[in-house]
Amino acid sequence: MKVVVPVKRVVDYHIRVHVKSDGSGVETAGLKMSMNPFDEIAVEAAVSLKEAGIVSEVVVVSAGVAACQDTLRTALAMGGDRAILIEISADAEKNLQPLAVAKLLRAVCDREAPQLVLCGKQAIDDDAHQTGQMLAARLDWPQATAVSAIEAAPGLLTLTREIDGGLERLRVDLPAVVTVDLRLNEPRYVTLPNLMKARKKPIETLTPESLGVDIAPRLHILKVSEPAPRARGEILASVGELVARLKEKGVFA
Amino acid sequence: MNLLVLAEHHADALTPATLSALAAARRLGGDIHLLIVGTDCRRIAESATRLAGVSRVLVGDATHLATPTAEDLTAVILSVLARNAYSHVLAPATSTGKSALPRVAAKLDVAPVSDVVEIVDAETFVHPIYAGNALATVRSTDPIKVITVRPTAFAGTLSETSAAPASLETISVPPADTRSRVTGRDLTASARPELASAKTVVAGGRGLGSKENFERLLVPLADKLGAAIGASRAAVDGGFVPNDLQIGQTGQIVAPQLYIAAGISGAIQHVAGMKDSRVIVAINKDPEAPIFQVADFGLVGDVSQLLPELTEKAG
Ligand SMILES: Cc1cc2nc3c(=O)[nH]c(=O)nc-3n(C[C@H](O)[C@H](O)[C@H](O)COP(=O)(O)OP(=O)(O)OC[C@H]3O[C@@H](n4cnc5c(N)ncnc54)[C@H](O)[C@@H]3O)c2cc1C
Ligand SMILES: Cc1cc2nc3c(=O)[nH]c(=O)nc-3n(C[C@H](O)[C@H](O)[C@H](O)COP(=O)(O)OP(=O)(O)OC[C@H]3O[C@@H](n4cnc5c(N)ncnc54)[C@H](O)[C@@H]3O)c2cc1C
Repeated sequence: MKVVVPVKRVVDYHIRVHVKSDGSGVETAGLKMSMNPFDEIAVEAAVSLKEAGIVSEVVVVSAGVAACQDTLRTALAMGGDRAILIEISADAEKNLQPLAVAKLLRAVCDREAPQLVLCGKQAIDDDAHQTGQMLAARLDWPQATAVSAIEAAPGLLTLTREIDGGLERLRVDLPAVVTVDLRLNEPRYVTLPNLMKARKKPIETLTPESLGVDIAPRLHILKVSEPAPRARGEILASVGELVARLKEKGVFA
Repeated sequence: MNLLVLAEHHADALTPATLSALAAARRLGGDIHLLIVGTDCRRIAESATRLAGVSRVLVGDATHLATPTAEDLTAVILSVLARNAYSHVLAPATSTGKSALPRVAAKLDVAPVSDVVEIVDAETFVHPIYAGNALATVRSTDPIKVITVRPTAFAGTLSETSAAPASLETISVPPADTRSRVTGRDLTASARPELASAKTVVAGGRGLGSKENFERLLVPLADKLGAAIGASRAAVDGGFVPNDLQIGQTGQIVAPQLYIAAGISGAIQHVAGMKDSRVIVAINKDPEAPIFQVADFGLVGDVSQLLPELTEKAG
């Protein structure tokens, strides 16, 4: 079966972002960009299913500016077979919302006819936690979110989801959309030889227009602000002092 | 204006997170319809008719809804929306809400807003992005606003009741979508307070060293304080505690009165889940650990010495 893996280019997770002084957004210029960590896990899952002989082809897809090619190359170096870039201008990307991404990915799925889409459960920039579920809805496919274990059988998946309070086991018929959580696997490192090989793998470029999708934003960003900082705390010398201070605050029995 | 709130319940009671979603709905104003979905949930439904601001309780009762999938919840919500005009659909930003509401929104062709922490007006909402390092204020012009609400941002209690009880209506539900089904759940049984709504949280990280140390050093303190136990991702990945105790960007969001972080470095992904706690205490042997930047009180030292001492002096 064929698997589609959507990958998003985001500010690297080590970096602490700052809000632009005019409140129009987050300053991303000049920052290190990487593949959304959850998407690395999704690529790893797809590639290991291929290595296990269950998956025949892994197609990675990204919607964004031309530089998303770097993200796609990384995914190809991890073992993706080919890539699709849905190229969007920098201005449009700033306001590309999950509903639009879901519609773009739906259009890609209509062309590619995969049996499975593996997404990250959330992107670490907007933390929307929406795209996979929205894609499943637009395709009218079943979904499973925050998945930490996958077992594949013909025509169906047996999955474990991380839910509040524990774990849930789910059986889902294919085709389906699955969004992955951190504990599903540990993504492999990209090696230089694999990166070189990935250069030869094809990246096809599409546009929202060529896919016939309207990506106009539905949510208007009025402003982006920094949260109120916490007052600077103190280092105390002893446990006794700590207990006294906590009692003062009324939070210690 | 009608608002639909998706309720969650457990052991014959509405969850605290549901009460928070109701509190958010009351901020919006309008007639609140509370949708309760499950199997044999009549009792909960009856008690819910007394909740402040709720004008109607809708009950979708069916065997396949005992542990509903996102697909089944979506179908029920869509059937309610088809029969009545609603301006908003709300659910708590729990694993259920976060899984089902985007699906509902995409079916309606509207843009959902996740994890709302502030309601500015009926169409303007604030939600955190970048692990809480920025707050975005967004306006939705869609005909129906579909939002999940961060429970810690809205205080809701059962004690707020209305004089006139809400009407109770059993709705017919669409058949099960058999393409996906829940085959089991392993819920962590615990006599402790629920992590998301606990007044005190004692959390441990990699610095605890092992599962044995976690149990020996941290658990007694939690016992004595009547606290919920939390953990960093490193502690979960190290097998010290189950996954549902992870606090952070990808785990639970908590905002207790007191948060004690022991052997946790304070990575932004962890801080995202606890920085709205009222009082934060950090215990770490590294004086440079970033956790001290968000802590009100810090102790620099070894957990194996400081935690037993704190436990001893507590209570
Ligand atoms: C207030 C606000 C501020 C914003 N600021 C910025 C900003 O500063 N910089 C910026 O770049 N954008 C910004 N955006 C736009 C943002 O890119 C979109 O809102 C985004 O699509 C939100 O979804 P998410 O990626 O968090 O989705 P999620 O639902 O969390 O993503 C889940 C998964 O969907 C898939 N996916 C999501 N997007 C893509 C994609 N483009 N291509 C391929 N797969 C994808 C991935 O598998 C991902 O793991 C902002 C948006 C808002 C609302
Ligand atoms: C996409 C993504 C999402 C993530 N989501 C989350 C999340 O939701 N929650 C989360 O927690 N993490 C998350 N992480 C991981 C996060 O980046 C950190 O790796 C993690 O929080 C580190 O856990 P820790 O503080 O326990 O471990 P460490 O960073 O290793 O810190 C251990 C600390 O213990 C101290 N210490 C060691 N021994 C002792 C001792 N004997 N006494 C006292 N102190 C001691 C050390 O000084 C150190 O500061 C995520 C990462 C990624 C990439």
